[in-house]
Formats: sequence, structure tokens, C-alpha cells
Amino acid sequence: MIHQFQCNGYFITLDIFSGSIHLTDDATAEAIRLRETMPQTEAMKALRAHFPNRPDVTTETMLTLFSAIDQLEKEGKLYTRDVFKPYASHLSSACGPLKALCLHVAHTCNLNCSYCFASQGKYQGDNALMSLEVGKRAVDFLVERSGGRTNLEVDFFGGEPLMNWHVVKRLVAYGRSLENTHNKRFRFTLTTNGVLLNEEVTDFCNREMHNVVLSLDGRKEVHDRFRRDHMNRGSYDKIVPKFQEFVKSRGDKNYYIRGTFTHHNTDFSQDLLHMADLGFTELSMEPVVTASDDPCALTEDDLPVLFEQYEFLAAEMLRRTREGRPFTFYHYMLDLERGPCVYKRMSGCGSGTEYLAVSPWGELYPCHQFVGEPAYSMGNIWQGIENATLQDNFRQCNVYSRPACSDCWAKLFCAGGCAANAYHASGNINGVYDYGCRLFRKRIECAIMLQAALTEENE
Amino acid sequence: MKLKTIKTRDLVRSLENGGCGECQTSCQSACKTSCGVANQPCENKNDK
Repeated sequence: MIHQFQCNGYFITLDIFSGSIHLTDDATAEAIRLRETMPQTEAMKALRAHFPNRPDVTTETMLTLFSAIDQLEKEGKLYTRDVFKPYASHLSSACGPLKALCLHVAHTCNLNCSYCFASQGKYQGDNALMSLEVGKRAVDFLVERSGGRTNLEVDFFGGEPLMNWHVVKRLVAYGRSLENTHNKRFRFTLTTNGVLLNEEVTDFCNREMHNVVLSLDGRKEVHDRFRRDHMNRGSYDKIVPKFQEFVKSRGDKNYYIRGTFTHHNTDFSQDLLHMADLGFTELSMEPVVTASDDPCALTEDDLPVLFEQYEFLAAEMLRRTREGRPFTFYHYMLDLERGPCVYKRMSGCGSGTEYLAVSPWGELYPCHQFVGEPAYSMGNIWQGIENATLQDNFRQCNVYSRPACSDCWAKLFCAGGCAANAYHASGNINGVYDYGCRLFRKRIECAIMLQAALTEENE
Repeated sequence: MKLKTIKTRDLVRSLENGGCGECQTSCQSACKTSCGVANQPCENKNDK
């Protein structure tokens, strides 16, 4: 199966199941499309009829082209069939041990952002800070359940994790103390709004945090619309200089400036460019996840605008790269040669199995987006998984378990999408969040276009 | 007529040598509210 599209003037054919990408012109794209279902002689006739006045579409060039197309098919780079489905049924039994925890160290926040999916950090519950005892037990739980896996991930999340900073530091030290004796390597990450960022936090993060996610929505008026403190003051002026200092000292260690866009800033590419102009180069921007009756929710009418924005962003990134001032956009990062294997592409994020979230009280949830949902409480860090049926549901959830994904060309890029988004949109983790899917497909087309264009130019 | 094939990882071949599971959990990196797996680098130490 193939998927063909145009983006920023590039004609691209994706061979869905081999992952091969072909850059073409319009005539070659049509030839590839025709040859999928027609013998060569018929395809040649149809191609000639489609481009009657094109001087480059001659019998000789068509023979050469169709020969190349047939060769690509023989090499497994065109019209590859789906051979993966039988393997999906083995994924549940092959599902690995636990490898990542999202620690909700603070269910409280020093900002009061009205669009927050975590309801201002409280997750529909009470304010709370995770104790050191609970945190250490969570780290032990991860090590105990991680089997032979070497790389373990712990994300300090909230709310605002810097409001429980002393526990964060001690948990990092505790994790490090276990590494050699248990043959593990921890990768700690921190997601922060930056309000409490200071020199001491910065130095610690630069030593210990594999990745730091800094929340900024973009232009001042966009950021301050939602990201306000409890006195209703915008936080842009307070945090941007801190982020700039932080990033300056970060060296080559990972960070992301991560924003959320809403119905109020559908021109979100301008926010990403604003971030780039502030000196940040590692950028992420997510569509808001909220109820459809929320005034900031993205609408059907927004979609064409958002599609145009994603395409513009890819073109602008290509332009800036050519000018020697590139920046990274998380959703356009595709490692075409060294990206994930097909098992990862079928099984997804691992929520509920390889990845769990821990509440401040030590309860286990499939991921951070389910925290506070009583029906999705899986157990706790002392007794372990108590709701085995629920975990089985997540274990069996993969790209082939979602009926809506069966004909989707992008399924091996998203592994069926986010279970939490599917649940909130459809009431079922095996459903899909269709609006998110449509945005995702556009993002992947733009990502493929950008990476293919850069690869071609570098050759 | 243009036909240029970009070098990519062969997904069918990755059936044989993939699945080690050492790669990063996608939501831990930057998104937190969506699922994109294709941008995660492979961390398999063996031949890809």
C-alpha cells in the first residue's frame, strides 16, 4: 500500500509498510499510482493520456520509469503488503517489563492556567506533595519490575514539580545509588513552568536531568492569556529570561520549550517562530486537549487553518536551515534511517504496561492523563498492579486493535495514537480521537516532506 | 521524470532485529498529550 501527497511543492510517495519514501514529480507520482493496479502497458497508456502535452513523458522515459518502479517493488520498497498484523497478536505476551514512571511529585501549581488538562495541577482531587518515602518506594518499584531492561525513565511531573524540589533532588540521588548495583541507567526528566527556576535548580538539572521540558506558549499575549498566576498576573515576563538563562547554560543536553495552542491562536506557527527568535532551538507545540464545549477548544473550522500552519512551518524550517539558523520542532523529528522498529510502531507509548504514572499517594495509573480517574486506578506501588484486567486491556491495545486505524496510512507513525485521548473522545481506549488523528496525519506529511527535502539537499 | 528514493529504515527487516524495548517511552520526551512514536530514536545496540 502507498500513500501519496503533495506538500510545499514536493510530490511524495510513502510505501506504508516498508517505510520507504520516494520523492517524485507529478508524472512519476501518477505512474506509481497507476502501476499499483495495472499492467505496465495499460499504465503507460493511462499515463500518456494523463499528460498528453508533456515533452518529458515519452515512450522511452516511461519504459525507464516503469522499469525503475518494478525494481523498487522487487526490492521491497513499493507496494509492500501488510505482513505485520500477525505479529501484533504476539505483542501482548511480548510486552516488556516496566521501564518508565511519571512521578506526580506535586499536585499543586503556582500558576492557575485555565486550560490545564490537570485542572490546575490537582487532577480533580486535592492538593498534595509526594513524600520522599512514597517517591523512594516508587523508584524501588520501577527497579523491581524492570526485568533485564537497562534504560529506565523517571519524569518529575505535576502540577509544578519545583514546588517539591527537595524531594526531586533526593529521589535523583536515590536512583543514582541503585544504578551500579542493579545494572540500571536512569534518565530523569523534569517538566516545569519555570516560575521557581533559579541557579541552583539550573545547575542540578544540567548535571542530572536527561531532558527538561519548559512550558511556554509563544508570544507574550498568547502565553499570558492562559498562563497566569493566582493573582491573575501573566507569567511571560517572569519566565522567559529564566528560560533563556537556563538554555544558555544547558550546553548540548536535551531540553524542549513546549507550548500548547488553542482556538485563540490558530496561527501557532508565529508562536514557534517567536520562540526561535528568543534563541530557543528545541521546540514543541501541542494542540490543546479539552472538552469540545470549552471556548478554547479547537473547532472543525480551525482545521484548514491549522493544516496551512503546519505546512508553512515546514517550509519556514527548511528556509531557516538553508540560512544556517535551524530549529527543531518535536513533531517533525523523524529519524528516517535510525527510527524505531516496527514493534515500537505497533505497540505505541506503553501506557499501562511499560509506562505508569504514580500519584502523590502512591497510586498507579496507566499514564499521567488518567490520574484522578477512579475507573483507571490500577493499584499502588506497595501491592503492585491490582486491576489485572485493566492492565490486560492496555496490553492488548495496539495499532491493530483499533478498528478505526485499519485503513489509515499513518498508523505506523502513531501506533494507534494516545489511549487517553481516545478514551476522552470515544469512551474507549481502543477508539480514536479523530480530530487529533487528522492533525497528526498532516504533521507527519509535513515531517516527511521536511526530512526528505533535507536529506535530498545534503546528498 | 523524477524518482528519488530516500534512504529509510526497512520496517519489514526490523521484524527480525527489532523489539529490544530499550527505546524511550514517547510521552516522556515532550508531548505529554499525544502519541507519536516515529520520532523516537532506536536504541538497539545490535544491528538494525
